[in-house]
Amino acid sequence: MKITFPHMGHIEFLLKDLFTRLDVDFIIPPPNSTETIKLGVRHAPELACYPLKVTLGNFIEGLEKGADTLIMAGGVGPCRFGYYAETQRRILKQLGYSFEMIRVEPPAAHPIQFIKSFKRVAPKKKIREIWKAIKVSFSKAQVMDFIEKKVLAIRPFEVNKGETTKTKKKAIKLLDQAFLESEIEKAKEEALNLLDSIPQDKEKPFLKIGLVGEFYLLLEPFVNFDLEELLGNMDIYLERGVYLTDWIGPSSKNPVMGVSNEEIAQAAFPYLSHFVGGEGRQTVGHTIIFAYQGFDGVIHLMPFTCMPELIAKSILPKISQDLDFPILTLVFDEQTGKAGLITRIEAFVELLISRRRKGLSPKRLIKIAYRGDSLELTGWKRR
Amino acid sequence: MTTVGIPRGLLYYKYYPLWSTFLENLGIQVVTSPSTNKKIFLRGLNTAESEVCLPVKVFYGHVLELKDQVDFLFIPRIVSVEGKAYTCPKFLGLPDMIKAVENTLPPILNPTFNAKKGIREYYLTFYNLGRKFTQNSIKIAQAFLKARKAQSTFNRNLLKGELLSDILEGGKAPNQDNWSGLRVGLAGHPYNIFDSYVSLNLIKKLKEKEVKIVTGESVPHRRIEKETKHLPKKLFWTYEKEVVGSILYWLKEKVVDGIVYLLSFACGPDSLIQVLIEDESKKFGMPLMPLTIDEHSGEAGLVTRLEAFLDMLARRKRRK
Repeated sequence: MKITFPHMGHIEFLLKDLFTRLDVDFIIPPPNSTETIKLGVRHAPELACYPLKVTLGNFIEGLEKGADTLIMAGGVGPCRFGYYAETQRRILKQLGYSFEMIRVEPPAAHPIQFIKSFKRVAPKKKIREIWKAIKVSFSKAQVMDFIEKKVLAIRPFEVNKGETTKTKKKAIKLLDQAFLESEIEKAKEEALNLLDSIPQDKEKPFLKIGLVGEFYLLLEPFVNFDLEELLGNMDIYLERGVYLTDWIGPSSKNPVMGVSNEEIAQAAFPYLSHFVGGEGRQTVGHTIIFAYQGFDGVIHLMPFTCMPELIAKSILPKISQDLDFPILTLVFDEQTGKAGLITRIEAFVELLISRRRKGLSPKRLIKIAYRGDSLELTGWKRR
Repeated sequence: MTTVGIPRGLLYYKYYPLWSTFLENLGIQVVTSPSTNKKIFLRGLNTAESEVCLPVKVFYGHVLELKDQVDFLFIPRIVSVEGKAYTCPKFLGLPDMIKAVENTLPPILNPTFNAKKGIREYYLTFYNLGRKFTQNSIKIAQAFLKARKAQSTFNRNLLKGELLSDILEGGKAPNQDNWSGLRVGLAGHPYNIFDSYVSLNLIKKLKEKEVKIVTGESVPHRRIEKETKHLPKKLFWTYEKEVVGSILYWLKEKVVDGIVYLLSFACGPDSLIQVLIEDESKKFGMPLMPLTIDEHSGEAGLVTRLEAFLDMLARRKRRK
């Protein structure tokens, strides 16, 4: 059995580690490229969302390299993501590939199926061993998230351009070598210290932008044209609304991000009072939280025709108007070009700079208390 | 008298008898927007986000058409209509989307229907809605029962094979019991199929061609469950499950000669179940024509495709 999986941010890092622990033979599909996207777009339905097309491209490239088993996440809806695996299985079968598709259902909704799917991945291992391996790999991926978060906070202040990106690579290498739990703990400390040792100029003028939106676009640098590095090099401090381990993890506290799902839901309530699947409510809620935390603006990323994000996109202009808070929505699909994207971002950044100069800040319509790391929302008016 | 407006779009085509009977029995005058016309259509297109699916854009148009005529707008949030499935995310966020777009709207009644919470919660949703207009609990209970009855009569008539548009708009269905001509299964969402402006008069065109139309509404719920139970992955959208289930039923029972599958542009769930439907009908050797409609669709192109498809079906039938 040779297993392959789609790319999404550093999920490759997590799965590589997990499969090594489980003694499973795996193939990493070639990194995302224009060829991947071309393949995916050719065979996927026209109106399917962009992540389906790109991950389909990954699968085709993985199968061409000799894989015979595919692993993909499932879901319980109402976001389309839950049906990706089945749709892709049918498309690939129609193309004549022979393979087995292992669908990993979310552990909260289908605990037995979740374990069963990993039992299929590693039939020789005991369930206890599998569970342990998942836990350790998960904690390693969480360290990776902390590194990414730190990088976003350091890059705008770096003295020597490009040093943060270089140091990040070193930090990842450090973490990559760690295998035992104690080693991971040590690697975490070393990696974060390494990042802290980057010379920084804290006096530099900088802007603060929050990134919200659909998880695949936020996590996968190839499809968002490495937006984080692009903005970081423009001296912009970034905070992201989605981290891999927060998203796949069982806790609703979001330990990496630091803002819990409940707080987000509460913040979104006046504008979106019900969950709508995917990251729809998170996008709305987090935008409001960013506004209250004194950010200069928010950039919202979404794939073309994404249903939950489209609901958020319909609501964001109203929030922008009410709170006097700049929000830029960027819609991505296979037609998106980098040049057009950069022009739009530059214009947006210019707007934020001119607002800074005029001393404009978002309105605080409703009372909010912000204490240290935790955010408490009080006195929300029900509309 | 208090007036409540029900926009003629989206789930109006599924639950209008239920909603209108309930409200009318509370002594409320129910106002429904007129059938979609060019004005409504264009207003919707100009107001909604450009990538939103076509039926939601049309719904915006109906809301704008109604907003100055009524005291309240009735836009429920329908989260789930059966235990293990949701509706489309758009229905979950619909009231919020509408609120965000217009500042001059009358107050919106948006009861949340969530079947996952059980029958008690279902009644309480109606009860809380009714309490906004009357303090009389018995009156609310009676209105609720009458509404349920109206809805089940409506559903029964649909099962008999009457067309939804004929029931809601009061047309007369021709007697087609011993039909020997072509039978075409018309699959898709009722708010696309039965909105004659959106579907470019598809039903009328099929009737003119002397074709018996069979829609998903006439397939019993039991059969839909049975056919979709064995899918490798269960569908978690109820309305899409109905579309898939009725197509699988037609494929197995061979009650139709061909299937026209109407999709609207940018419909999320449809884009995925399209793969499933095309795959399954290929296995059964059933002719299937997916028709995607959007705001730029022209009637002439539709007619050409439809005629070619029907000719092909007639040829197939003769050969048999």
